[in-house]
Amino acid sequence: MRFGVVIFPGSNGDHDALKSVELGLQEEVVPIWHKDTSIDNCDALLIPGGFTYGDYLRAGAIARFSPIMEAVTEFAERGGPILGICNGFQILTEAGLLPGALAKNSELTFRCDWIHVRVESDRTPFTATLDPGTVLRLPIAHGQGRYVVSESQLAELEANDQIVFRYTDSQGIEHDDYNPNGSTAHIAGVCNERGNVVGLMPHPERAYDALIGGDEGLKILRSVVDAGLSTVRA
Amino acid sequence: MTLTITPEALREVALTQSEYDQIVELLGRAPTAVELGMFGAMWSEHCGYKNSRPLLKHFPTSGSRVLQGPGENAGAVDIGDGLAVVFKIESHNHPSAVEPYEGAATGVGGIVRDIFTMGARPVALLNSLRFGPLDRQRNQYLFGGVVGGIGGYGNCLGIPTVGGDIYFDEKYNGNPLVNAMCVGIVEHDKIMRAKASGIGNLVVLVGADTGRDGIHGATFASVENPEESHRGVVQVGNPFLEKLLLEACLEALEIEGVVAMQDLGAAGLTSSIVECASKGEVGIEIDVQRVSRRESGMSAYEVMLSESQERMLIIVTEEALPELRAIFERWDLHSDVIGTVTDDGNVRILDGGEIVANVPASLYTDECPVYIREGIESAAIVEARERDLSDVTDLASDAIGDTLLRLLASHNICSREPVVRTYDHTIMSNTVTPPLDADAAVVRVKGTNKAIAIKTDCNPRYVYLDPHLGGQHAVAEAARNVSCTGAEPLALTNCLNFGSPEKPDGYFQLQQAVLGMAEAAEALGTPVISGNVSLYNESGDEAILPTPTVGVVGLIEDVNQRAGMAPTNGSVLILLGTQEATLGASEYLSVVHGLVAGSPPALDLTVEHNVQSLVRSLIGVGLVTAAHDTSEGGLLVALAEMLIASESGATVELQQVLDANAGRLDRTCFGEAASRVIVATSAGNADAVIQRAQQSGVPAVRLGTVGGDALELDVAESVAVTTMKRKWESGLKVGR
Repeated sequence: MRFGVVIFPGSNGDHDALKSVELGLQEEVVPIWHKDTSIDNCDALLIPGGFTYGDYLRAGAIARFSPIMEAVTEFAERGGPILGICNGFQILTEAGLLPGALAKNSELTFRCDWIHVRVESDRTPFTATLDPGTVLRLPIAHGQGRYVVSESQLAELEANDQIVFRYTDSQGIEHDDYNPNGSTAHIAGVCNERGNVVGLMPHPERAYDALIGGDEGLKILRSVVDAGLSTVRA
Repeated sequence: MTLTITPEALREVALTQSEYDQIVELLGRAPTAVELGMFGAMWSEHCGYKNSRPLLKHFPTSGSRVLQGPGENAGAVDIGDGLAVVFKIESHNHPSAVEPYEGAATGVGGIVRDIFTMGARPVALLNSLRFGPLDRQRNQYLFGGVVGGIGGYGNCLGIPTVGGDIYFDEKYNGNPLVNAMCVGIVEHDKIMRAKASGIGNLVVLVGADTGRDGIHGATFASVENPEESHRGVVQVGNPFLEKLLLEACLEALEIEGVVAMQDLGAAGLTSSIVECASKGEVGIEIDVQRVSRRESGMSAYEVMLSESQERMLIIVTEEALPELRAIFERWDLHSDVIGTVTDDGNVRILDGGEIVANVPASLYTDECPVYIREGIESAAIVEARERDLSDVTDLASDAIGDTLLRLLASHNICSREPVVRTYDHTIMSNTVTPPLDADAAVVRVKGTNKAIAIKTDCNPRYVYLDPHLGGQHAVAEAARNVSCTGAEPLALTNCLNFGSPEKPDGYFQLQQAVLGMAEAAEALGTPVISGNVSLYNESGDEAILPTPTVGVVGLIEDVNQRAGMAPTNGSVLILLGTQEATLGASEYLSVVHGLVAGSPPALDLTVEHNVQSLVRSLIGVGLVTAAHDTSEGGLLVALAEMLIASESGATVELQQVLDANAGRLDRTCFGEAASRVIVATSAGNADAVIQRAQQSGVPAVRLGTVGGDALELDVAESVAVTTMKRKWESGLKVGR
């Protein structure tokens, strides 16, 4: 299986995304430059974190206009698995590929920590091999990670089974104290209606080796390999 | 165009009349306005080291692993496998005193450029910070701003901030210190240097446009009263642009025809062109009209002295230019060919057709005046050091618990978590030991089984009370912290933050601290490979505590043979090294008795060396699983820190240490000493550890066993670990 990692000016999680696939999964992975206009021979896409265009206007707001985004959208429409991580999640919401928006953390400061998320849905390629209720320990590192949706949108997300990850304690129990950024309904990650595009604020690509603090992020990345869901190679 | 020199004009460039006369003599004519500005910048303390250069010669700078010593953008040390670690620490004190967020941010930007200019991929950042007490609102503002700026810049660049140190004292009220350290990794044969060569080669300026920001920054970093002198001089950082520049420059360095690279930092274009020409013993001619500007109407003088950030100078062959330009275009950065390398040794600046400066490069560098001054120690400091501390009332046994909690909550000891949580430390997926889990940060080297350990340190109160001994301590403590992870210290970088060298007592501190540091560096086998000097850290008439910050990098050959700070349940705690402690210069004396007095702990560099190598070998063979040095707050604070980290209690007997301290509880519990490390080992290995210590001639005493939920002491009542943790975590708040 071959992954593609889309790199924008200001992406900084591309290195970890590439290494997590190469060293952690030991699968093939290629970088894709934002000025490219097509995505060739990739089975799944990772949109990594960072500060694309400095996040100067609003996180992800400018990257969505990069030439590659048309191809990314087309890939999504074909049902290709896409995982947006941190700034990648923000870009996908700005591009309209995922619902909701990411606002400044409720504490108003950047926060780097290891947290826990609970898998809420196994209908996405990135959670297909994980039982709902599974708790994963992952790092976070963001200043704008507060997931925001309106009440009616939230109801829609619930009804459509689009909430993929929620912040919890290590036992998988939700409390406000364990919601690191004040996200609506403790939401850490969501998917589109079809389920093939997933975005989350925590960093599975930085948790691929016990030596660097944890390897539970690999479960998310491996899921798309094991599920064998992708049939979209162009 | 010549200049009638007035005192105002000289003040503008921070040169003295005699320095001006020297310039006239060297040139055989009056300097032009642009030349005078360039001399002012190059002959500033910041660029020219005119007060510190003779002292810096005392530092040992060579060693079998040193690939690049001082004199380049950063030093480089061999770590095997054809790889080198490149590192440097640098100050951004004066700008941070005025505009803390941008001052600190551009400090990070500057040090990162120094590392990738050498061809190295930056892999870790650390920061050594000093502020006035946080009960003053101004200090809260500076603290919050600096922490915000460090995070804002480093997080955006995607380089993990993995460690550092923070210290508060009234003497930093007008002059906070912001020292940023960056560490990079490079293959030996890819180390790039700032040495221009090849007559006719092109001089290319890449990255940001040049604006009017930061003009005279280097000059004003070399005078007192930053709040007054620095208005309008502080640069504004753009970390996004730096990220593009970083990636583009590392790509560009793969091109055969790139012969030199030099970042634009203090004194901007002036310094980078002069440095490149002088190191390469060639001339450089540029035309300021070819420099892309961000504002109109800039004079040649302004272009030459602008300190606009995120710029880089590259010397490249004509044949390689198209390839170089293609890389920068890909990253949406422009690359201006602004001049050429010449054979006449002159730095010639043109403004269109007109020559506005034409001076041999060596006059800016080699002819920079050097001042050897007389240092006289302040009588008040001598008196404070010699104060008899025997009249200090000893602690009652039932006051020990409360005193411990008070120290744990004090600003120089309490948890740095509120700060480090705002720094990204997990990016690049190399961080083996997060910021608070060990005495030094441990970062793995991908593609090998190795890791590097990094720590910055300096106890400025020690240096204040005894600059020579304090300088030794700064080196010893940073190295000890690195050794406590199991890493062998390889080399060090330093940032000499002092007051005015023009005052005899200020010069004395600088001189003695440097001598002490040099001795310790020699004794511990850690040569000085890079560094920076920041003098004139004074406001009003008050200088900062002398602060020679030391950054040490060590190597762990097998990343699995390392130690953190947290002992496991059931392990035995053993104190290695000296048991006798002193109240002199201690945190306890300052916090509890309001006294800055006495002599800092004695330091025998041979003992220090033995203790450190013992600790490393014990970790290396797997006998020791956790280690922590005892510094501010002494033995009990160090024990508490270990127990807080492991969230468990311990039963500890201090009788033997009490006997070594003449029965004084205060010295036993909170007195400070050098060359002391608490290690944790399994119950079965405790005897083996003590035996090995004896073989190495290092005193060892069994303190007790980890377990339960409180620190149970034979000499005092017990303290619950949750109480200690709560106090320790409550100490610090970061404003914004």
